Amino acid sequence: MTEASTEPQPLLRVQDVRKEFPTHRGEVVRAVDGVSLEVRKGETLGLVGETGCGKSTLARCIAHLYDVTSGSVWFDGNELTGLSRRAMRPLRREIQMIFQDPYGSLNPRRRVGSIIGDPFAIHGISKGAERKKRVQELMELVGLNPEHYNRFPSDFSGGQRQRIGVARALALRPKLVICDEPVSALDVSIQAQIINLLADLQKDFDLTYVFISHDLSVVRHVSDRIAVMYLGKLIEVSPTDQLFEQTRHPYTRALLSALPVADPDTADSREQIILAGDIPSATNPPQGCRFHTRCPKARADCVASEPPLEPVFDDDPAHRTACFFPLTIGEDLSTAVPELVDLPDREAS
Amino acid sequence: MALLEVRDLRVSFDTPDGIVRAVRGLSFSIEPGQTLAVVGESGSGKSVATQTITGLTRGAEVSGTAVFDGTDLITADAPTLRRLRGAEIGMIFQDPLSSLHPLYRIGWQIVEMIQAHDRGISKRDARRRAADLLTLVGIPRASERIDDYPHQFSGGMRQRVMIAMAMALDPALLIADEPTTALDVTVQAQVLSVMRKLQQEFGTAIILITHDLGVVAEMSDEVIVMYAGAVMERAPRRDIFYRNHHPYTQGLLASLPTQKGKRLTPIPGSPPSLISLPPGCPFAARCPHVFDRCRVETPPLADVQGDPRHQSACWLDHDVVEAVA
Repeated sequence: MTEASTEPQPLLRVQDVRKEFPTHRGEVVRAVDGVSLEVRKGETLGLVGETGCGKSTLARCIAHLYDVTSGSVWFDGNELTGLSRRAMRPLRREIQMIFQDPYGSLNPRRRVGSIIGDPFAIHGISKGAERKKRVQELMELVGLNPEHYNRFPSDFSGGQRQRIGVARALALRPKLVICDEPVSALDVSIQAQIINLLADLQKDFDLTYVFISHDLSVVRHVSDRIAVMYLGKLIEVSPTDQLFEQTRHPYTRALLSALPVADPDTADSREQIILAGDIPSATNPPQGCRFHTRCPKARADCVASEPPLEPVFDDDPAHRTACFFPLTIGEDLSTAVPELVDLPDREAS
Repeated sequence: MALLEVRDLRVSFDTPDGIVRAVRGLSFSIEPGQTLAVVGESGSGKSVATQTITGLTRGAEVSGTAVFDGTDLITADAPTLRRLRGAEIGMIFQDPLSSLHPLYRIGWQIVEMIQAHDRGISKRDARRRAADLLTLVGIPRASERIDDYPHQFSGGMRQRVMIAMAMALDPALLIADEPTTALDVTVQAQVLSVMRKLQQEFGTAIILITHDLGVVAEMSDEVIVMYAGAVMERAPRRDIFYRNHHPYTQGLLASLPTQKGKRLTPIPGSPPSLISLPPGCPFAARCPHVFDRCRVETPPLADVQGDPRHQSACWLDHDVVEAVA
């Protein structure tokens, strides 16, 4: 892992991005509420968090599928925010997305060859036999049989459909691929095939990934660094190993401890932290630290103001945590005496 | 005596594409207070099997027996099944929203369910019972929230409501079909801990259907691994993880991401069609240890290292297990 300062320029820079959605009741959902991060060329940044934390919205802001409400997104030295459709077009080739649902993202009435060839058609690259050849090369690349060029998506299994999605995303040789829950809908044996495929392609084509998942074990496996989101904010960003070995944020710790481990001895011996209540609403997020309504360590300070995302204790600059009372190594959160949270359960609405 | 004993259960569906043999000879039993995990991937037959046992697969061709407390559920008539479902056998499913009526208050639905099985109970007592149940499953301010509608609850809270309903009549058996699959991990941890607590308190037996080996490791006493409608391996929990025999069990475990960056070992290919299953072992086409016999003869479940609690349907030597850990 190289230090941020020695890198010339990140491939992607997200600066204080906010994305708000109006509701029909005249309220505002703050889906992403001031997120800044950088992604270096060739690395995989994992983005984790639970339903409604804003991770998919952030991904769509990066891919310019949403206009940001405020803040800016820089890609390879160009500011994307505010670019016209026309000016954005050449840059779109460089940023591609892979989606969760290989069923929903493929038109069932179109042949696979033409689906994968779409990016060529849209950007006016090659046609006829030349395009077919390029599509078949892509099919081969992602482990599909090129002879199945004329089949329909329904003729393929879930794993194969995700390969179609991968082939389509790679058609234009992008620099950045945003993978939004790419393996969540797949069975575990198939999931492993796709993860390996993504790893091979990253190596072969020098790809940079933003990998979004709610599954921490998958994210841990693929990511160089991980950013943890909660209610529209980043609460901890860290190189992968440090996030697991020197977990600082109580929410990160709770997430890690909630993850079921496929190992009976570990499952029996570890102390699980069961969080109180539900994730609060993003239309009316809690004051101060947004996690304070569920945090076993929360104190009055946490309600009064919002903790900045910065290195805590003597952590290296790459490991940043937004918490006034970060965890020390080995600290047992399950014995914390909560001041603000009623255990065992507390309603948060 | 076993609480539920299933023998040679077979379920098939006649479809326009042909006959789908969804479950092909499933046998197992479960004791009171135990958790049996049924693990398998999409199409393994794990959900169909339990739905059939509770009489929820209409239009299916079913054979075999499922004896629950002296009654064969497969041949039982509709009124008997209706009496058993809910009162003796509670059920929770993956998606709580589709199991709750959107237009009725939560409390009303629980009260109706209690009164349907216990005609002697007064409305007031049933309501008090409902509130107690909601408290038990960790719903805060249960006596107020009992008058809320399903949409006013979050996903995790709805699943707790479902558990409350399933447990309302203190069933001897709870069938939980992917109960936490739609939930976030922190909420999953809450719901699993509620299930464990209730099991300890009431001695309920749980059949837990899941694709998540992590949940299996956390929750089960015994495990059945299903593939293409049949049992590949069954064993006590630790044996499945540490002394497994079947190459499919091993393939599943090897597919799991563990350490950062280490290359995964997926199972190549995909599961066979249940309409035109080839002869022999259903896993043969994907198995790294396949040999001629596997493609001709279907291996029966046989004891591993002479232990009748640990069985594997594989032609490989049953005296050799993969020793992990």
